[in-house]
Amino acid sequence: MRIVLAEDSVLLREGLVGLLERFGHQVVAGAGTADELIAAVTEHRPDIVVTDVRMPPGFSDEGLRAAIELRTRQPDLPVLVLSQYVQRAYAEDLLDSADGRGVGYLLKERIGHVEEFVDALQRVGAGDTVVDPEVVRQLIRHRRDPLSRLTAREQEVLALMAEGKSNASVAAAMTVSEGTVSKHFGSILGKLDLSLDDTTNRRVLAVLAYLRG
Amino acid sequence: MPSSPGLPQALRQRGYVLGAWPWRAALYLLTSVPLGIATLTVLVLLTVAGGALSVVLIGIPLLLTLVLAGIPLAALERRRLRLLDPRSPGRVARLPAHREPDGTGLSSWLRTRLQERSTWRELGYAVLFALVLWPLEALAVGSALTVCGGLIAAPAVLAASGGEEVRVLKIWLAHSYPPAFAALLAGVVLLPVFAYPLGLLAAGRAMLTRQLLSPPETGLASRIQELGRSRTRLVDAFEAERRRIERDLHDGAQQRLVALSMTLGLARLESPEPPLAGLLARAHEEAGVALVEIRELIRGIHPQVLTDRGLRAAVEDVADRSVVPVDVDLDVPERLLEAVETGVYFAVCEALANVAKHSGAGRARVTGRAGRGRLVVEVSDDGVGGAVTSGGTGLEGVADRLSVLGGHLLLSSPVGGPTVFRLEVPAPPAGKPPTNRRT
Repeated sequence: MRIVLAEDSVLLREGLVGLLERFGHQVVAGAGTADELIAAVTEHRPDIVVTDVRMPPGFSDEGLRAAIELRTRQPDLPVLVLSQYVQRAYAEDLLDSADGRGVGYLLKERIGHVEEFVDALQRVGAGDTVVDPEVVRQLIRHRRDPLSRLTAREQEVLALMAEGKSNASVAAAMTVSEGTVSKHFGSILGKLDLSLDDTTNRRVLAVLAYLRG
Repeated sequence: MPSSPGLPQALRQRGYVLGAWPWRAALYLLTSVPLGIATLTVLVLLTVAGGALSVVLIGIPLLLTLVLAGIPLAALERRRLRLLDPRSPGRVARLPAHREPDGTGLSSWLRTRLQERSTWRELGYAVLFALVLWPLEALAVGSALTVCGGLIAAPAVLAASGGEEVRVLKIWLAHSYPPAFAALLAGVVLLPVFAYPLGLLAAGRAMLTRQLLSPPETGLASRIQELGRSRTRLVDAFEAERRRIERDLHDGAQQRLVALSMTLGLARLESPEPPLAGLLARAHEEAGVALVEIRELIRGIHPQVLTDRGLRAAVEDVADRSVVPVDVDLDVPERLLEAVETGVYFAVCEALANVAKHSGAGRARVTGRAGRGRLVVEVSDDGVGGAVTSGGTGLEGVADRLSVLGGHLLLSSPVGGPTVFRLEVPAPPAGKPPTNRRT
């Protein structure tokens, strides 16, 4: 694959170039700042972008922002972000960009596991989504939270709905009235922060949240 | 400076009678009257009702209110001083007249107030004001206005009576317009004559108010201010140092460890012989452990997400990591000053660490609102309670840090729970310097 690599530490950048070339990839351009990264991608049209989160000039999340900007312009551009931070907020921003297809968020320390790292790179290049296990753990913990706010009864309702049952059959299974079921469902939506004007099917969203948890 | 526009300075200047100052002085004295009447009414009502009802205990809260009645009046009086001294708005008001209460809740607030000297001084002022000051002021400003007003109004009154007669100041009778207009002229000439005594009276009255209502330690105020500034500088320097250490670790040690781990990983690919392979694997593993440790160390020194995304994202991140499930409901619409964000962030971290370590809680909650220049954040849990801020706990450090920002930490943690940490800090949006940190 033809790669544009953005990493401001020269030591690490050179190391990564050597590593990637050893596995038959070609680093067509190296960038030391977010602006250089964007310019290099425009010029070289690489197969995949590998970037650090923290970059000059501001040394905050410029690398990540540049990656998201590139994805907005060119949604099918695979991007692998190497980060020092186990940070849900960063990973979510990346996953939100262009459906989260062909993105990866990996901790830098995974580079040491050379074969795993190169494998992840190839998967992202092929359009898969790769998220570091540490970050996944945080994502899941966060998602699990709203579900634990539900009462046992509400969890039961949601579980039955996840099985594909209608309100009437949920009511029958729980031997309550249909009105009670829809009251429970309203309260579930509230607790899962699913607003009434959502265009997406709220029932599906609720069930999805249940399955994710 | 003689040119500064306070009333006492203005009195010494030539243009005094032509300017707004005499009118401001009159307004100051005049507004005393309704305020004084209201104060007298409230004091009398509270005394009578409280005294009469105290036999049946209902009167006790009324008497308590009576004791505290000076507080709002004093606050109002300090503001009213600005009429005469606009050059330093709230110079007196800015020094807090009352201490922050020691804890949350009405009872600790009451206890603090009743133990303070200022509360009693303000009550004394209220009594003095209600019984002595306002009648004197009413008399002075009333007679001045009546005399001048009576003279000036003479032609108008004459016209109203159909040109027949007017009794000027109830003393002389005028039957035609020339003497009436002479009275008007006399009234206009008298106006500046009254302007000086009124001005002096108002200035004296303001000085008395200032003497009675400013905090007793005004002499120390400037030293305290300087101490506050140097404390702020120390904390800022400390914060800058943290950031420097964080950056050095991130750009130096962390990157080198990643490079080392990468090299070790590559070396292992060369399929080395058994003893070397084992050693390489161990070294690789050690490098990995060191990387995890340094990552957590850096995050503890200063989390990058706080700088990039602000308080809410950083607190949500801490909540994610907490062993006890934490609900976060922070409404902080804009970025705040870095010092405020950092101070509040570490306060919340400490509070949540306490929840995890000591409370035995099953659930915690962080709520916060920013508005009207203040940020209020509460960390509550459903644990066993009994937390304390003193005795060298981390909370003491948090309280110190917040006090540098002009804020404070309140803790309510009765045995049996629940525990509520409440912190309040002045929080102007980033860009505007807060008044108490001006250097």
